[in-house]
Amino acid sequence: MSMEIVKNGEQDNCVLVAVKGRIDAVTAPEFDKQVGEWVDADTSDFIVDLSELDYISSAGLRSILGVAKRLKENDRALTLCSLKDTVGEVFDISGFSTIIPIFDSVEAALKER
Amino acid sequence: MPRLTLPAEEAYLTRLMGFVTQMAEASGFNSERIRSIELTTEEALVNVIQHAYPETAGNVSIDCQMDRNGRFIVEITDNGVPFDGLDFSDPDLDADLTARQTGGLGVFLIKKMADHCRYRREGERNILTLGFEVPTYDDRKHADETNP
Repeated sequence: MSMEIVKNGEQDNCVLVAVKGRIDAVTAPEFDKQVGEWVDADTSDFIVDLSELDYISSAGLRSILGVAKRLKENDRALTLCSLKDTVGEVFDISGFSTIIPIFDSVEAALKER
Repeated sequence: MPRLTLPAEEAYLTRLMGFVTQMAEASGFNSERIRSIELTTEEALVNVIQHAYPETAGNVSIDCQMDRNGRFIVEITDNGVPFDGLDFSDPDLDADLTARQTGGLGVFLIKKMADHCRYRREGERNILTLGFEVPTYDDRKHADETNP
């Protein structure tokens, strides 16, 4: 499996997205294109569920940072949730855990963000 | 020693990384550690594609072997322009979202996730060596106890 991105509708003025599989140098361009289109087509915040993301490399981190910056420019926010340990480790090492809010579940992200 | 040589192009990344993953699996690493090995290899390969062959095309080779200290060694060799795949300054981890840059992030991850890394230029070749300690029986037992 390479990567699958699903839009799970909108809740509390927040677009819910789930990314499955891998965000790496091969799949990151597709992530940028798809999520970029959704960001442009909407005015809401975004919650991205990573519970089924198995792998992220610096190319994927770059894409996530790109979305977060783009949303912030319009006073919107990116929130991530449900990171697996291996993915969480990459976020921790790279310092991304401190600049992008991360919650344990979509529900927690909706409630506490 | 098992070796795979392919064009240093993004289209071959998946196959190159698949080769390393397969070798790491055969060496007894758990899935978490295999992800780290795969990730550091991807970062190194992407840098070779971008920096060792900025204008010309060329090949990249991956060798996997156990060294005499029992470490799993991934050696990435290219014939591109001299390029030290470890010589990037660390990213500013304290920068806020707006100021945060992504340059050097891949190399930073390599340095943090590989147990050992070294670059050398030999003749016309860049050689990056990544080493990973193979878990001992005691490590595995301890991991089983702490992560039932």
